[in-house]
Amino acid sequence: MLNLILDNRFAIASVILFVTGFANMMLHPNLIKKIVSFNIMDSATFLMLASRGMIAGRSAAILTDGGADVTRYVNPIPAGLVLTGIVVSVSVSAFSLALVQRIYGAYGTVDMRELLEAMKKKGE
Amino acid sequence: MPFAWNLPYLSVFLTMVTAILLSVIPGAKRAYWLTVGVSAAVTVMSLVFLRFIVKADAAYAFTMGKFPAPFGNEIRFGPLQGLLASVFGAVMCLSLLGGRAELFEDVDEKKMGLACVMLNMVLASLLVLSYTNDAFTAYVFIEISTIAACALVMIKDSGPTLVATIRYLFMSLLGSGLFLFSIILLYAITGHLLMPQLHESVQKLMADGAYTKVLALILAMMTAGLGVKSAMFPFHRWLPDAHGTATTTSSAVLSGLVVKGYAVLLITMYCRVFTLETVRAFHIHDAVFALGFCGMILGSVMALRETHAKRMLAYSSVAQLGYVFMGLGLGTEAGVAAALFQILAHAFTKPLLFVSVGRLAAAVHHDKQLRALRGTAWKAPLAGVGFGIGALSMVGIPLFGGFAAKVNFSTASIFTDQKIALTLFVLALSSVLNALYYIPALINIWSDRKEAALPETNEPGRDTSAAVAIVLLAGGVLFLGVCFTPVMNIIVRGLELM
Repeated sequence: MLNLILDNRFAIASVILFVTGFANMMLHPNLIKKIVSFNIMDSATFLMLASRGMIAGRSAAILTDGGADVTRYVNPIPAGLVLTGIVVSVSVSAFSLALVQRIYGAYGTVDMRELLEAMKKKGE
Repeated sequence: MPFAWNLPYLSVFLTMVTAILLSVIPGAKRAYWLTVGVSAAVTVMSLVFLRFIVKADAAYAFTMGKFPAPFGNEIRFGPLQGLLASVFGAVMCLSLLGGRAELFEDVDEKKMGLACVMLNMVLASLLVLSYTNDAFTAYVFIEISTIAACALVMIKDSGPTLVATIRYLFMSLLGSGLFLFSIILLYAITGHLLMPQLHESVQKLMADGAYTKVLALILAMMTAGLGVKSAMFPFHRWLPDAHGTATTTSSAVLSGLVVKGYAVLLITMYCRVFTLETVRAFHIHDAVFALGFCGMILGSVMALRETHAKRMLAYSSVAQLGYVFMGLGLGTEAGVAAALFQILAHAFTKPLLFVSVGRLAAAVHHDKQLRALRGTAWKAPLAGVGFGIGALSMVGIPLFGGFAAKVNFSTASIFTDQKIALTLFVLALSSVLNALYYIPALINIWSDRKEAALPETNEPGRDTSAAVAIVLLAGGVLFLGVCFTPVMNIIVRGLELM
């Protein structure tokens, strides 16, 4: 049992992180914390992906004087996917932060519940 | 290789390059007309491509870059993809034309270029979501489409649209997070991202009986993720605000196209990667059917309670997307084909309704409460007729697209064992519910000719581009209602060649 947990420690950690991020994103009323939760959720998927591509004892897929012997390198595709994923997640975070700033300018709050009340008061 | 096989790639390339160039091209009008031109060009290119691919009666994979499969990136196109791309391009072009006056009023002149960047990005991602043969590329374009669609909601830049955008954005991010995680799990157990290779591995795993729980989880997460993004019940709460508050063009594009892109991707994943047998083996289709069933009824019930015309149309979109999921939930090829036909029919009908309401509301200072729209059809008769055609199509009157969609669902349900009674029942109930809110709205806009002359109304003015859009969108609805057999033939053949 312990071995099973140890073998899958990255997968378990990423699932816990994913669920944490997901639940907070659904339930937390604070918009900034929602964005943080989104980043936790995305990081969990990157952890999962990076750990899947890792093979113990091998190095990153950068050609050195050792030549192109495939048994010496890890799979480079997950790393490429993580990079793409990070770019996506950074741009989405930037967009949401900009949006939250505009909302704060319009209503003076970043709390979803207060926001809906403020909208009701304004009759929107 | 005939030149026509380059057209799908070129149409994506054209929209992406235009989007990038538009961020530096000055001038609101120039940006707008360039976007209209590009979407028209995409339509023409896709139609030419469709003609050739239907004649060739085959589907091809097109390698992007110099790495061949299984390492490189691919798009794959057949008759179905050509048909979808043609409709997406045409509806985008007509939505732009139909909402022109309101777009120039609602959007700051300096920001028009950026709005057009987003419109091009939406079109590009819709094209890629139907063409791509690579699961990770699909994820990247899902996110591009998310940002672009959210930006389209917020271009009006008023308090309510900002709040609607953030709710839309967070729901969308939950959806894309689920989709990403499911793809990564799939990659972890198969080692592939290209769909044909994924298909082979999944079939092998199913035959060996290995990783069945993981496969079921992957399918469930993927369905839920794309379901959130295409407003599957009960994840639809973001849609009425986002689609109801945005400017006419945005509402038309979002309701008519963006939510469909994800549904098309889900269908592609089901048919090309997992096969419907796998979906049936895990009973995912039963869950999808149940959620579609609830969406059809509750979307209409909530639309009945609405007093704001655009929010009513938005809730009606929830119900119409319920049809798509119900079709998918039948778990048969015929059901999926009917769902695809519904996607096309709704892609013409809902923008027609949004554009018509936009034009009608122009007569009462853009007040979109149903009460305010009373008698406005006499001021803008063409928009009144357009709304009538859209409404009758939604109710399911013969000769209109909505009727053909309902016929397809009914015939598809015959091939299922248990769902025929439920399907026919919900189709009938939904038609009655649709009639309950569309027919009063239609009578409302055409009643009290005298009251329309009250001082609070103003002359809506001539708007040729909106007239062209209404005529062509209505033409699309009628075409799908009358000539649905050839369209269905393309869809069915496209599904076989998926």
